[in-house]
Amino acid sequence: MSRKAAEINEQIPWQEMTVGCEIYEPGTSRLTKTGEWRSKTPVWLEEKCKQCVLCAPFCPDACIPVSDGKRREFDYDHCKGCGICIKACPFNAIEWKEDEA
Amino acid sequence: MSIRERLSGNEAIATAMRQINPDVFAMFPITPSTEIPQYFAQYVADGKVDTEFICVESEHSSLSACLGAEAAGCRAVTATSSAGLSYMNEVLYVAGSSRLPVVLAVACRALTGPININHDYSDSMAERDSGFIQLYGENNQEVYDNYLMAHRIAEHPLVRLPLMVCEDGFITSHAIENIEIEEDDKVKAFVGEYHPENYLLKKENPLAVGPYGVSGYYMEARVAQAQAMKNAKQVILDVAADFEKTFGRKYGFFEEYRMEDAEVAMVIMGSSAGTAKAAVDELRRDGVKAGLVKIRVFRPFPGEELAKVLTGCKAVAVMDKSEGFSACGGPLFAETAGACINLDKRPKLIDIVFGLGGRDFTVAAALQVFDRLQGIAETGEIGEVYTHMGQREA
Repeated sequence: MSRKAAEINEQIPWQEMTVGCEIYEPGTSRLTKTGEWRSKTPVWLEEKCKQCVLCAPFCPDACIPVSDGKRREFDYDHCKGCGICIKACPFNAIEWKEDEA
Repeated sequence: MSIRERLSGNEAIATAMRQINPDVFAMFPITPSTEIPQYFAQYVADGKVDTEFICVESEHSSLSACLGAEAAGCRAVTATSSAGLSYMNEVLYVAGSSRLPVVLAVACRALTGPININHDYSDSMAERDSGFIQLYGENNQEVYDNYLMAHRIAEHPLVRLPLMVCEDGFITSHAIENIEIEEDDKVKAFVGEYHPENYLLKKENPLAVGPYGVSGYYMEARVAQAQAMKNAKQVILDVAADFEKTFGRKYGFFEEYRMEDAEVAMVIMGSSAGTAKAAVDELRRDGVKAGLVKIRVFRPFPGEELAKVLTGCKAVAVMDKSEGFSACGGPLFAETAGACINLDKRPKLIDIVFGLGGRDFTVAAALQVFDRLQGIAETGEIGEVYTHMGQREA
């Protein structure tokens, strides 16, 4: 059965699962909000940011979207709060959200 | 026309592989299965196959490479024994749950320890719950025939499960017998080509294999996998029926040997069944109603069918050629006893663990077992249910 990932949820019976839990389309992480795993949150300080875009390739979860050569706001639906971007930023333009530290 | 040929079990399997011409063979050697990739390497060198022959660094890797190939849409094979099969353990379960129908030849050999290279089923029995279908052959012919049926069973859309073709290490793997090999084109026509519906290299249909399954999905995935194993039963019979029509040799879940009116019987597997059949013949000449059931398909286990055959017996000995250390019997005994438990009329059952690490099993030993069964049949007294046979005693 070639059921799409968006049609598979915790209400469907076993007979309607795909064989071996195969997923038949790309990009299905959009359907799953893993940002809720995060215990600490990085915050982008746009006024300090020089748009060097070093942070984006360091993010292990591709949660720093880049368009027109500029980084944009974090994808908090998927950011796990690992803090690698904070270490990568040469301009201290990313810091932990206060009261979470 | 079949071709009469003298082949060892390993060469018979390698021959079947050559005829099937799989896409990928990921090999790592271990006694006594090493000859299978050794023969196959010659076929590759001679240009008789166009298989991608990969020499990897371990059995964990050989099965992993096969899974990658299967996910990509290939027909992939490998072979192993003993510790090699144990080292595959983690990946065996991935093959089962990812529903990738790799075919694995196992020359069954004892597990350590003490370290030992000879035959028993401690390796394959340790993997009985891994999600692989398991076919066992009594002799080189059956091993060859099981291999010809393997891919069709494993790859069937209602099954899609990995499969082990098991032969007895050295006894079958290395002993040379006259067997009937089928013609290459007839084998190719019987086995057919592998065209999975979805695969990684199908560019118009991106695919992810083996995703994380949280508790909201795991149970459903396992039930579906269990259903596939149930489905395998009918597919195994259907493929066997087509095999008989095509090549003339008949196979089922098990072979019933002189069971029509049997009062005492053995449940046994592999080459030992040949020895036990000689004992059955001897007893029948003396008027004893003895019989034997040789299990060919251990996974899926043909419980209902076996129970129907055993219900008429008075006493049955289950012959386990592996020790499960359960302190109450080996794996074949557990399955057989479980199969019989809901029968209204069931035989007295005993378990005999024998032949470990290549210990000989003789006609005289089989006769001793039947002698014990006749005593149980006459008196109704079982005595010790779980015993060992063939060891030196103080």
